[in-house]
Amino acid sequence: MSLHDLEKLFQEKIDKEIKIEPKDWMPDAYRKTNLRQISQHAHSEIVGMLPEGNWISRAPSLKRKAILIAKVQDEAGHGLYLYSAAETLGTSREQMIDDLHSGKAKYSSIFNYPTLTWADMGAVGWLVDGAAILNQVMLCRTSYGPYARAMVRICKEESFHQRQGFETLLVLSKGTDEQKAMCQDAINRWWWPSLMMFGPKDSESTNSDQSIKWKIKRKTNDELRQQFVDMIVEQVKLLGMTLPDPELKWNEDRKHYDFGEINWDEFWNVVKGNGPCNKQRLEARKKAHEEGEWVRAAALAFAEKRKNKLNTKAA
Amino acid sequence: MDSNQQISKSTNLQINQTLHLADTALILGQRNSDWCAHGPILEQDIAITNITLDLIGQARNFYQYAATLINNAENKNETEDSLAYLRNEREFKNFLICELPNGNWAQTILRQFLFSVYQELLFEKLIACNDQQLSAIAAKSIKETKYHVKWSSEWVIRLGDGTEESKTKMEQAIDEIWMYTGEFFIANDYDIIDVTSIKSKWLEKINEIFEEATLSVPENTFMQSGGKNGIHTEYLGFLLSEMQVLQRTYPGANW
Repeated sequence: MSLHDLEKLFQEKIDKEIKIEPKDWMPDAYRKTNLRQISQHAHSEIVGMLPEGNWISRAPSLKRKAILIAKVQDEAGHGLYLYSAAETLGTSREQMIDDLHSGKAKYSSIFNYPTLTWADMGAVGWLVDGAAILNQVMLCRTSYGPYARAMVRICKEESFHQRQGFETLLVLSKGTDEQKAMCQDAINRWWWPSLMMFGPKDSESTNSDQSIKWKIKRKTNDELRQQFVDMIVEQVKLLGMTLPDPELKWNEDRKHYDFGEINWDEFWNVVKGNGPCNKQRLEARKKAHEEGEWVRAAALAFAEKRKNKLNTKAA
Repeated sequence: MDSNQQISKSTNLQINQTLHLADTALILGQRNSDWCAHGPILEQDIAITNITLDLIGQARNFYQYAATLINNAENKNETEDSLAYLRNEREFKNFLICELPNGNWAQTILRQFLFSVYQELLFEKLIACNDQQLSAIAAKSIKETKYHVKWSSEWVIRLGDGTEESKTKMEQAIDEIWMYTGEFFIANDYDIIDVTSIKSKWLEKINEIFEEATLSVPENTFMQSGGKNGIHTEYLGFLLSEMQVLQRTYPGANW
Protein backbone atom coordinates (compact mmCIF):
# COMPACT_ATOMS: atom_id res chain seq x y z
CA MET A 1 0.00 0.00 0.00
CA SER A 2 1.34 3.41 -0.85
CA LEU A 3 2.01 6.01 1.81
CA HIS A 4 -0.81 8.04 0.41
CA ASP A 5 -3.27 5.15 0.81
CA LEU A 6 -2.08 4.45 4.32
CA GLU A 7 -2.60 8.06 5.27
CA LYS A 8 -6.03 8.05 3.69
CA LEU A 9 -7.03 4.91 5.56
CA PHE A 10 -5.66 6.36 8.79
CA GLN A 11 -7.68 9.55 8.40
CA GLU A 12 -10.80 7.52 7.60
CA LYS A 13 -10.42 5.63 10.84
CA ILE A 14 -10.04 8.89 12.74
CA ASP A 15 -13.10 10.33 11.02
CA LYS A 16 -15.11 7.23 11.95
CA GLU A 17 -14.01 7.57 15.59
CA ILE A 18 -12.05 4.32 15.51
CA LYS A 19 -9.22 4.49 18.04
CA ILE A 20 -5.65 4.21 16.83
CA GLU A 21 -3.82 1.41 18.64
CA PRO A 22 -0.05 0.94 19.17
CA LYS A 23 0.43 -1.61 16.40
CA ASP A 24 -1.63 0.28 13.82
CA TRP A 25 0.07 2.19 11.09
CA MET A 26 0.25 5.90 11.89
CA PRO A 27 1.96 8.89 10.30
CA ASP A 28 5.30 9.77 11.88
CA ALA A 29 4.05 13.18 12.84
CA TYR A 30 1.05 11.64 14.62
CA ARG A 31 3.36 9.37 16.60
CA LYS A 32 5.67 12.26 17.43
CA THR A 33 2.89 14.61 18.45
CA ASN A 34 1.32 12.00 20.70
CA LEU A 35 4.65 11.04 22.21
CA ARG A 36 5.48 14.69 22.87
CA GLN A 37 2.09 15.37 24.37
CA ILE A 38 1.74 12.21 26.48
CA SER A 39 5.28 12.36 27.83
CA GLN A 40 4.87 16.06 28.56
CA HIS A 41 1.69 15.19 30.39
CA ALA A 42 3.46 12.45 32.36
CA HIS A 43 6.29 14.82 33.28
CA SER A 44 3.73 17.39 34.40
CA GLU A 45 2.21 14.87 36.80
CA ILE A 46 5.62 14.07 38.26
CA VAL A 47 6.93 17.62 38.48
CA GLY A 48 3.48 18.65 39.70
CA MET A 49 4.04 16.52 42.80
CA LEU A 50 6.68 18.99 43.99
CA PRO A 51 4.72 22.21 44.63
CA GLU A 52 2.08 20.31 46.59
CA GLY A 53 4.59 17.98 48.22
CA ASN A 54 6.05 21.21 49.57
CA TRP A 55 3.20 21.44 52.11
CA ILE A 56 2.88 17.82 53.23
CA SER A 57 5.12 18.27 56.27
CA ARG A 58 3.20 21.42 57.30
CA ALA A 59 -0.40 20.43 56.55
CA PRO A 60 -2.48 22.02 59.32
CA SER A 61 -4.47 18.96 60.42
CA LEU A 62 -4.03 15.21 60.25
CA LYS A 63 -7.00 14.91 57.94
CA ARG A 64 -5.58 17.53 55.56
CA LYS A 65 -2.21 15.87 55.70
CA ALA A 66 -3.67 12.51 54.72
CA ILE A 67 -5.73 14.06 51.91
CA LEU A 68 -2.74 15.94 50.55
CA ILE A 69 -0.44 12.92 50.65
CA ALA A 70 -3.06 10.82 48.90
CA LYS A 71 -3.44 13.49 46.26
CA VAL A 72 0.27 13.77 45.53
CA GLN A 73 0.41 9.98 45.42
CA ASP A 74 -2.42 9.93 42.89
CA GLU A 75 -0.31 12.16 40.69
CA ALA A 76 2.53 9.66 40.84
CA GLY A 77 0.02 7.03 39.73
CA HIS A 78 -1.10 9.24 36.84
CA GLY A 79 2.51 9.68 35.84
CA LEU A 80 2.89 5.90 35.75
CA TYR A 81 -0.16 5.32 33.52
CA LEU A 82 0.96 8.09 31.21
CA TYR A 83 4.54 6.88 30.92
CA SER A 84 3.12 3.45 30.08
CA ALA A 85 0.83 4.96 27.45
CA ALA A 86 3.73 6.89 25.96
CA GLU A 87 5.94 3.79 25.95
CA THR A 88 3.49 2.13 23.54
CA LEU A 89 4.75 4.65 20.98
CA GLY A 90 8.24 3.18 21.15
CA THR A 91 10.21 5.29 23.64
CA SER A 92 11.27 3.98 27.05
CA ARG A 93 10.41 5.68 30.32
CA GLU A 94 14.13 6.03 31.02
CA GLN A 95 14.59 7.93 27.76
CA MET A 96 11.64 10.21 28.51
CA ILE A 97 13.01 10.96 31.97
CA ASP A 98 16.42 11.73 30.50
CA ASP A 99 14.75 14.13 28.08
CA LEU A 100 12.99 15.84 30.97
CA HIS A 101 16.23 16.21 32.89
CA SER A 102 18.18 17.51 29.90
CA GLY A 103 15.51 20.14 29.28
CA LYS A 104 14.58 18.65 25.91
CA ALA A 105 11.11 17.66 27.09
CA LYS A 106 8.79 20.16 28.72
CA TYR A 107 6.22 19.95 31.49
CA SER A 108 3.34 22.24 32.32
CA SER A 109 4.70 25.69 33.21
CA ILE A 110 2.18 26.12 36.00
CA PHE A 111 4.38 24.01 38.27
CA ASN A 112 7.12 26.61 38.05
CA TYR A 113 5.15 28.85 40.37
CA PRO A 114 5.79 28.58 44.11
CA THR A 115 3.27 27.37 46.70
CA LEU A 116 3.68 30.06 49.34
CA THR A 117 0.89 29.47 51.83
CA TRP A 118 -1.47 26.68 52.84
CA ALA A 119 -4.21 28.35 50.78
CA ASP A 120 -2.18 27.49 47.70
CA MET A 121 -3.08 23.84 48.29
CA GLY A 122 -6.69 24.84 47.81
CA ALA A 123 -6.06 27.17 44.89
CA VAL A 124 -3.91 24.62 43.07
CA GLY A 125 -6.58 21.96 43.48
CA TRP A 126 -9.41 24.21 42.45
CA LEU A 127 -7.83 26.28 39.67
CA VAL A 128 -4.91 24.21 38.38
CA ASP A 129 -6.65 20.85 38.56
CA GLY A 130 -9.81 22.56 37.37
CA ALA A 131 -8.04 23.83 34.26
CA ALA A 132 -6.33 20.48 33.75
CA ILE A 133 -9.63 18.62 33.94
CA LEU A 134 -11.21 20.55 31.08
CA ASN A 135 -8.29 19.50 28.94
CA GLN A 136 -8.37 15.96 30.24
CA VAL A 137 -12.09 15.43 29.81
CA MET A 138 -11.56 16.29 26.18
CA LEU A 139 -8.62 13.88 26.04
CA CYS A 140 -10.78 10.96 27.21
CA ARG A 141 -12.01 11.02 23.60
CA THR A 142 -8.62 11.54 21.99
CA SER A 143 -7.89 9.35 18.98
CA TYR A 144 -4.93 7.42 20.39
CA GLY A 145 -6.38 4.48 22.34
CA PRO A 146 -3.86 4.06 25.18
CA TYR A 147 -3.90 7.80 25.91
CA ALA A 148 -7.70 7.98 25.91
CA ARG A 149 -7.98 5.02 28.27
CA ALA A 150 -5.37 6.43 30.67
CA MET A 151 -7.30 9.70 30.72
CA VAL A 152 -10.57 8.05 31.69
CA ARG A 153 -8.98 6.74 34.87
CA ILE A 154 -7.16 9.96 35.56
CA CYS A 155 -10.23 12.15 35.12
CA LYS A 156 -12.12 10.39 37.88
CA GLU A 157 -9.39 11.17 40.39
CA GLU A 158 -8.77 14.69 39.11
CA SER A 159 -12.34 15.81 39.57
CA PHE A 160 -12.13 14.54 43.14
CA HIS A 161 -8.98 16.65 43.61
CA GLN A 162 -10.69 19.71 42.29
CA ARG A 163 -13.55 19.33 44.75
CA GLN A 164 -11.04 18.84 47.58
CA GLY A 165 -9.21 22.00 46.53
CA PHE A 166 -12.43 23.98 46.46
CA GLU A 167 -13.42 22.62 49.85
CA THR A 168 -10.04 23.61 51.31
CA LEU A 169 -10.66 27.18 50.15
CA LEU A 170 -14.26 27.10 51.33
CA VAL A 171 -13.11 26.37 54.88
CA LEU A 172 -10.60 29.24 54.68
CA SER A 173 -13.22 31.58 53.24
CA LYS A 174 -15.36 30.98 56.32
CA GLY A 175 -12.43 31.21 58.73
CA THR A 176 -10.58 34.01 60.48
CA ASP A 177 -9.68 37.28 58.75
CA GLU A 178 -6.17 35.98 58.26
CA GLN A 179 -7.47 32.84 56.60
CA LYS A 180 -9.75 34.84 54.31
CA ALA A 181 -6.84 37.04 53.29
CA MET A 182 -4.73 33.95 52.66
CA CYS A 183 -7.50 32.54 50.47
CA GLN A 184 -7.88 35.70 48.37
CA ASP A 185 -4.13 36.07 48.01
CA ALA A 186 -3.78 32.52 46.69
CA ILE A 187 -6.57 33.08 44.16
CA ASN A 188 -4.90 36.31 43.04
CA ARG A 189 -1.59 34.58 42.46
CA TRP A 190 -2.93 31.44 40.75
CA TRP A 191 -5.63 32.92 38.53
CA TRP A 192 -3.53 34.21 35.64
CA PRO A 193 -1.07 31.31 35.55
CA SER A 194 -4.10 28.98 35.43
CA LEU A 195 -5.43 30.78 32.35
CA MET A 196 -2.01 30.36 30.76
CA MET A 197 -2.26 26.59 31.21
CA PHE A 198 -4.40 26.35 28.08
CA GLY A 199 -1.45 27.49 26.01
CA PRO A 200 -1.01 30.25 23.45
CA LYS A 201 -3.95 31.82 21.70
CA ASP A 202 -5.30 29.84 18.78
CA SER A 203 -3.90 32.42 16.40
CA GLU A 204 -0.39 31.80 17.83
CA SER A 205 -0.55 28.07 18.39
CA THR A 206 1.57 26.02 16.00
CA ASN A 207 0.21 22.55 16.68
CA SER A 208 -3.49 23.19 16.88
CA ASP A 209 -4.89 22.60 13.37
CA GLN A 210 -3.29 19.26 12.68
CA SER A 211 -4.08 18.04 16.21
CA ILE A 212 -7.73 18.83 15.70
CA LYS A 213 -7.81 17.10 12.33
CA TRP A 214 -6.28 13.99 13.91
CA LYS A 215 -8.62 14.32 16.88
CA ILE A 216 -5.73 14.38 19.30
CA LYS A 217 -7.43 17.55 20.50
CA ARG A 218 -11.09 18.26 20.05
CA LYS A 219 -11.24 21.79 21.30
CA THR A 220 -8.90 24.69 20.74
CA ASN A 221 -6.90 26.41 23.46
CA ASP A 222 -9.17 29.44 23.38
CA GLU A 223 -12.37 27.37 23.55
CA LEU A 224 -11.12 25.52 26.62
CA ARG A 225 -9.88 28.71 28.25
CA GLN A 226 -13.29 30.34 27.77
CA GLN A 227 -15.02 27.30 29.23
CA PHE A 228 -12.73 27.53 32.26
CA VAL A 229 -13.37 31.24 32.82
CA ASP A 230 -17.14 30.74 32.60
CA MET A 231 -16.99 27.92 35.13
CA ILE A 232 -14.70 29.61 37.66
CA VAL A 233 -16.52 32.95 37.64
CA GLU A 234 -19.56 31.16 38.99
CA GLN A 235 -17.67 29.07 41.53
CA VAL A 236 -15.71 31.97 43.01
CA LYS A 237 -18.99 33.54 44.08
CA LEU A 238 -19.59 30.60 46.40
CA LEU A 239 -16.32 31.44 48.11
CA GLY A 240 -17.22 35.10 48.47
CA MET A 241 -13.87 35.90 46.86
CA THR A 242 -12.98 37.77 43.67
CA LEU A 243 -10.87 37.10 40.60
CA PRO A 244 -8.08 39.61 39.96
CA ASP A 245 -9.34 40.87 36.59
CA PRO A 246 -11.19 44.21 36.36
CA GLU A 247 -12.21 43.42 32.77
CA LEU A 248 -14.10 40.29 33.71
CA LYS A 249 -17.66 40.88 32.56
CA TRP A 250 -20.62 38.92 31.19
CA ASN A 251 -21.06 39.42 27.45
CA GLU A 252 -24.68 38.96 26.54
CA ASP A 253 -23.96 38.68 22.81
CA ARG A 254 -21.36 35.98 23.15
CA LYS A 255 -23.09 34.34 26.11
CA HIS A 256 -19.66 34.11 27.71
CA TYR A 257 -17.56 36.12 30.13
CA ASP A 258 -15.08 38.55 28.60
CA PHE A 259 -11.75 38.69 30.35
CA GLY A 260 -8.58 40.74 30.31
CA GLU A 261 -5.42 40.18 28.31
CA ILE A 262 -3.04 37.52 29.56
CA ASN A 263 0.52 38.62 30.16
CA TRP A 264 2.08 36.61 27.36
CA ASP A 265 5.58 37.90 28.10
CA GLU A 266 5.34 36.22 31.47
CA PHE A 267 4.00 33.06 29.85
CA TRP A 268 6.90 32.78 27.39
CA ASN A 269 9.41 33.67 30.04
CA VAL A 270 8.28 30.82 32.25
CA VAL A 271 8.20 28.45 29.28
CA LYS A 272 11.78 29.44 28.49
CA GLY A 273 12.91 28.58 31.99
CA ASN A 274 12.72 31.91 33.78
CA GLY A 275 9.78 31.16 36.08
CA PRO A 276 10.25 31.51 39.83
CA CYS A 277 10.84 27.77 40.36
CA ASN A 278 11.97 26.29 37.01
CA LYS A 279 15.44 25.69 38.36
CA GLN A 280 14.37 24.20 41.68
CA ARG A 281 11.78 21.88 40.14
CA LEU A 282 14.15 20.37 37.65
CA GLU A 283 16.92 20.10 40.21
CA ALA A 284 14.64 18.32 42.67
CA ARG A 285 13.71 15.77 39.99
CA LYS A 286 17.31 15.26 38.95
CA LYS A 287 18.44 14.90 42.55
CA ALA A 288 15.82 12.23 43.26
CA HIS A 289 16.85 10.40 40.11
CA GLU A 290 20.59 10.63 40.74
CA GLU A 291 20.29 9.65 44.40
CA GLY A 292 18.14 6.71 43.34
CA GLU A 293 20.72 5.46 40.86
CA TRP A 294 22.40 3.03 43.27
CA VAL A 295 18.99 1.78 44.42
CA ARG A 296 17.90 0.96 40.89
CA ALA A 297 21.28 -0.63 40.17
CA ALA A 298 20.97 -2.79 43.29
CA ALA A 299 17.43 -3.87 42.39
CA LEU A 300 18.61 -4.84 38.93
CA ALA A 301 21.67 -6.72 40.19
CA PHE A 302 19.55 -8.57 42.72
CA ALA A 303 16.96 -9.55 40.11
CA GLU A 304 19.78 -10.89 37.90
CA LYS A 305 21.21 -12.92 40.77
CA ARG A 306 17.82 -14.45 41.53
CA LYS A 307 17.24 -15.28 37.90
CA ASN A 308 20.61 -17.04 37.72
CA LYS A 309 19.85 -18.93 40.90
CA LEU A 310 16.53 -20.12 39.49
CA ASN A 311 18.18 -21.12 36.23
CA THR A 312 20.85 -23.09 38.07
CA LYS A 313 18.18 -24.84 40.09
CA ALA A 314 16.15 -25.64 36.99
CA ALA A 315 19.24 -27.05 35.26
CA MET B 1 -0.31 13.58 80.21
CA ASP B 2 1.28 14.66 83.43
CA SER B 3 -0.07 12.87 86.40
CA ASN B 4 -3.13 14.69 87.52
CA GLN B 5 -4.78 14.33 90.88
CA GLN B 6 -8.21 14.22 89.29
CA ILE B 7 -7.54 11.36 86.93
CA SER B 8 -7.10 7.90 88.30
CA LYS B 9 -3.67 6.42 87.92
CA SER B 10 -4.90 3.66 85.66
CA THR B 11 -6.64 6.08 83.29
CA ASN B 12 -3.50 8.15 83.15
CA LEU B 13 -1.48 5.12 82.17
CA GLN B 14 -4.05 4.16 79.57
CA ILE B 15 -3.84 7.65 78.06
CA ASN B 16 -0.05 7.59 77.98
CA GLN B 17 -0.05 4.15 76.39
CA THR B 18 -2.38 5.37 73.67
CA LEU B 19 -0.37 8.53 73.09
CA HIS B 20 2.82 6.47 72.80
CA LEU B 21 1.20 4.39 70.06
CA ALA B 22 -0.17 7.47 68.32
CA ASP B 23 3.05 9.50 68.49
CA THR B 24 5.11 6.60 67.22
CA ALA B 25 2.91 6.16 64.16
CA LEU B 26 2.66 9.87 63.45
CA ILE B 27 6.34 10.72 63.75
CA LEU B 28 7.42 7.84 61.53
CA GLY B 29 4.67 8.80 59.07
CA GLN B 30 5.85 12.40 59.12
CA ARG B 31 9.42 11.33 58.35
CA ASN B 32 8.41 8.93 55.59
CA SER B 33 6.20 11.55 53.99
CA ASP B 34 9.34 13.44 53.01
CA TRP B 35 9.94 10.76 50.37
CA CYS B 36 6.73 11.62 48.59
CA ALA B 37 7.78 13.10 45.21
CA HIS B 38 11.45 12.29 45.90
CA GLY B 39 11.62 8.49 45.77
CA PRO B 40 14.28 6.58 43.82
CA ILE B 41 11.75 4.96 41.46
CA LEU B 42 8.20 6.05 40.76
CA GLU B 43 6.71 2.71 41.87
CA GLN B 44 8.60 2.89 45.17
CA ASP B 45 7.64 6.51 45.70
CA ILE B 46 4.06 5.25 45.62
CA ALA B 47 4.83 2.29 47.91
CA ILE B 48 6.51 4.27 50.68
CA THR B 49 3.73 6.82 50.45
CA ASN B 50 1.20 4.04 51.00
CA ILE B 51 3.03 3.14 54.19
CA THR B 52 3.04 6.80 55.19
CA LEU B 53 -0.71 6.98 54.73
CA ASP B 54 -1.21 3.82 56.76
CA LEU B 55 0.86 5.22 59.62
CA ILE B 56 -0.97 8.52 59.65
CA GLY B 57 -4.26 6.66 59.59
CA GLN B 58 -3.15 4.58 62.58
CA ALA B 59 -2.01 7.71 64.39
CA ARG B 60 -5.41 9.32 63.84
CA ASN B 61 -7.21 6.30 65.29
CA PHE B 62 -4.99 6.27 68.36
CA TYR B 63 -5.22 10.05 68.87
CA GLN B 64 -8.99 10.01 68.57
CA TYR B 65 -9.13 7.34 71.23
CA ALA B 66 -6.68 9.22 73.45
CA ALA B 67 -8.80 12.37 73.07
CA THR B 68 -11.90 10.46 74.15
CA LEU B 69 -10.11 9.07 77.19
CA ILE B 70 -8.83 12.49 78.20
CA ASN B 71 -12.13 14.25 77.62
CA ASN B 72 -14.00 11.63 79.62
CA ALA B 73 -11.56 11.81 82.50
CA GLU B 74 -11.20 15.57 82.64
CA ASN B 75 -13.47 18.27 81.44
CA LYS B 76 -11.37 18.98 78.34
CA ASN B 77 -11.85 19.35 74.63
CA GLU B 78 -8.93 17.50 73.12
CA THR B 79 -9.02 16.35 69.49
CA GLU B 80 -6.70 14.32 67.30
CA ASP B 81 -5.27 17.62 66.09
CA SER B 82 -4.78 19.27 69.45
CA LEU B 83 -2.88 16.20 70.57
CA ALA B 84 -0.73 16.04 67.44
CA TYR B 85 -0.17 19.75 66.95
CA LEU B 86 -0.21 21.38 70.36
CA ARG B 87 1.97 19.17 72.51
CA ASN B 88 5.68 19.86 73.01
CA GLU B 89 8.87 17.85 72.54
CA ARG B 90 8.84 16.56 76.10
CA GLU B 91 5.25 15.38 75.86
CA PHE B 92 5.81 13.23 72.77
CA LYS B 93 6.28 9.57 73.59
CA ASN B 94 7.37 8.10 70.26
CA PHE B 95 10.38 5.83 69.92
CA LEU B 96 13.60 7.66 69.07
CA ILE B 97 14.01 5.55 65.93
CA CYS B 98 10.96 7.24 64.39
CA GLU B 99 12.32 10.76 64.63
CA LEU B 100 15.75 10.06 63.12
CA PRO B 101 16.28 11.83 59.79
CA ASN B 102 15.48 9.65 56.79
CA GLY B 103 19.05 9.40 55.55
CA ASN B 104 19.31 7.52 52.28
CA TRP B 105 16.97 4.82 50.95
CA ALA B 106 18.91 2.12 52.85
CA GLN B 107 18.36 3.86 56.18
CA THR B 108 14.71 4.48 55.48
CA ILE B 109 14.15 0.88 54.43
CA LEU B 110 16.05 -0.55 57.36
CA ARG B 111 14.20 1.57 59.89
CA GLN B 112 10.87 0.61 58.37
CA PHE B 113 11.81 -3.05 58.48
CA LEU B 114 13.07 -3.05 62.09
CA PHE B 115 10.04 -1.09 63.21
CA SER B 116 7.37 -2.93 61.23
CA VAL B 117 8.51 -6.33 62.45
CA TYR B 118 8.22 -4.97 65.99
CA GLN B 119 4.87 -3.36 65.27
CA GLU B 120 3.37 -6.54 63.88
CA LEU B 121 4.36 -8.48 67.02
CA LEU B 122 3.08 -5.67 69.20
CA PHE B 123 -0.27 -5.54 67.39
CA GLU B 124 -0.66 -9.31 67.73
CA LYS B 125 -0.42 -8.84 71.49
CA LEU B 126 -2.61 -5.74 71.51
CA ILE B 127 -5.38 -7.57 69.68
CA ALA B 128 -5.57 -9.87 72.69
CA CYS B 129 -5.36 -7.11 75.31
CA ASN B 130 -8.32 -6.14 77.48
CA ASP B 131 -8.64 -2.60 76.14
CA GLN B 132 -11.31 -3.12 73.50
CA GLN B 133 -10.56 0.01 71.55
CA LEU B 134 -6.81 -0.58 71.34
CA SER B 135 -7.54 -4.15 70.38
CA ALA B 136 -9.83 -3.01 67.57
CA ILE B 137 -7.33 -0.49 66.21
CA ALA B 138 -4.58 -3.11 66.32
CA ALA B 139 -6.78 -5.63 64.52
CA LYS B 140 -7.46 -3.12 61.77
CA SER B 141 -3.86 -1.94 61.51
CA ILE B 142 -2.09 -5.29 61.55
CA LYS B 143 -3.18 -6.02 57.99
CA GLU B 144 -1.32 -2.92 56.89
CA THR B 145 1.67 -3.72 59.03
CA LYS B 146 2.02 -7.20 57.52
CA TYR B 147 2.39 -5.52 54.15
CA HIS B 148 4.97 -3.08 55.55
CA VAL B 149 6.97 -6.04 56.83
CA LYS B 150 6.76 -7.81 53.50
CA TRP B 151 7.72 -4.76 51.46
CA SER B 152 10.58 -3.66 53.70
CA SER B 153 11.93 -7.23 54.07
CA GLU B 154 12.12 -7.54 50.31
CA TRP B 155 14.04 -4.29 50.11
CA VAL B 156 16.46 -5.27 52.90
CA ILE B 157 17.23 -8.46 50.98
CA ARG B 158 17.47 -6.67 47.66
CA LEU B 159 19.87 -4.04 48.97
CA GLY B 160 21.87 -6.42 51.16
CA ASP B 161 22.32 -8.90 48.35
CA GLY B 162 22.33 -6.37 45.49
CA THR B 163 25.58 -4.57 44.61
CA GLU B 164 28.69 -3.93 46.70
CA GLU B 165 27.57 -0.36 47.06
CA SER B 166 24.08 -1.20 48.26
CA LYS B 167 25.46 -3.74 50.72
CA THR B 168 27.88 -1.15 52.13
CA LYS B 169 25.04 1.32 52.48
CA MET B 170 22.95 -1.25 54.33
CA GLU B 171 25.86 -2.00 56.68
CA GLN B 172 26.27 1.70 57.35
CA ALA B 173 22.54 1.98 57.98
CA ILE B 174 22.71 -0.87 60.50
CA ASP B 175 25.55 0.96 62.25
CA GLU B 176 23.47 4.12 62.44
CA ILE B 177 20.14 2.67 63.46
CA TRP B 178 20.59 -0.55 65.37
CA MET B 179 21.26 1.26 68.65
CA TYR B 180 17.72 2.63 68.56
CA THR B 181 16.02 -0.77 68.55
CA GLY B 182 16.67 -1.64 72.18
CA GLU B 183 13.98 0.80 73.23
CA PHE B 184 11.27 -1.38 71.65
CA PHE B 185 11.69 -3.87 74.47
CA ILE B 186 12.20 -1.67 77.52
CA ALA B 187 9.17 -1.96 79.73
CA ASN B 188 7.47 1.21 80.89
CA ASP B 189 4.86 1.76 83.57
CA TYR B 190 2.17 2.49 80.96
CA ASP B 191 2.75 -0.61 78.83
CA ILE B 192 -0.44 -2.59 78.50
CA ILE B 193 1.43 -5.63 77.23
CA ASP B 194 4.73 -7.16 78.21
CA VAL B 195 7.02 -5.80 75.49
CA THR B 196 9.98 -7.80 76.75
CA SER B 197 8.13 -10.94 75.70
CA ILE B 198 8.30 -10.15 71.97
CA LYS B 199 12.02 -9.56 71.76
CA SER B 200 13.05 -13.09 70.91
CA LYS B 201 10.50 -13.40 68.11
CA TRP B 202 11.57 -10.04 66.77
CA LEU B 203 15.22 -11.04 66.73
CA GLU B 204 14.34 -14.33 65.07
CA LYS B 205 12.65 -12.55 62.17
CA ILE B 206 15.46 -9.99 61.83
CA ASN B 207 18.01 -12.80 61.77
CA GLU B 208 16.06 -14.69 59.13
CA ILE B 209 15.85 -11.71 56.77
CA PHE B 210 19.39 -10.49 57.45
CA GLU B 211 20.69 -13.94 56.66
CA GLU B 212 18.95 -13.91 53.31
CA ALA B 213 20.26 -10.41 52.75
CA THR B 214 23.80 -11.55 53.63
CA LEU B 215 23.89 -8.99 56.45
CA SER B 216 24.96 -9.51 60.05
CA VAL B 217 23.10 -8.65 63.20
CA PRO B 218 25.36 -6.50 65.39
CA GLU B 219 26.31 -7.71 68.83
CA ASN B 220 26.92 -5.84 72.06
CA THR B 221 25.62 -2.53 70.78
CA PHE B 222 24.92 0.12 73.38
CA MET B 223 21.23 0.92 73.11
CA GLN B 224 19.80 4.44 73.20
CA SER B 225 16.46 5.01 74.85
CA GLY B 226 14.23 7.72 76.27
CA GLY B 227 11.54 8.39 73.67
CA LYS B 228 8.82 6.50 75.50
CA ASN B 229 9.38 8.82 78.46
CA GLY B 230 9.63 12.01 76.46
CA ILE B 231 13.42 12.31 76.39
CA HIS B 232 14.20 12.71 72.71
CA THR B 233 16.99 13.35 70.25
CA GLU B 234 17.65 16.91 69.11
CA TYR B 235 15.91 16.09 65.84
CA LEU B 236 12.39 16.00 67.26
CA GLY B 237 12.13 19.69 68.06
CA PHE B 238 12.76 20.66 64.45
CA LEU B 239 10.34 18.06 63.16
CA LEU B 240 7.61 19.36 65.46
CA SER B 241 8.20 23.02 64.76
CA GLU B 242 7.76 22.36 61.05
CA MET B 243 4.79 20.04 61.46
CA GLN B 244 2.98 22.26 63.96
CA VAL B 245 3.66 25.63 62.37
CA LEU B 246 0.16 26.51 61.15
CA GLN B 247 -1.65 25.37 64.28
CA ARG B 248 0.82 27.34 66.41
CA THR B 249 0.74 30.46 64.22
CA TYR B 250 -3.03 30.70 63.98
CA PRO B 251 -4.39 29.46 67.31
CA GLY B 252 -7.98 28.31 67.22
CA ALA B 253 -8.38 28.42 63.44
CA ASN B 254 -10.19 25.63 61.61
CA TRP B 255 -8.60 24.11 58.55
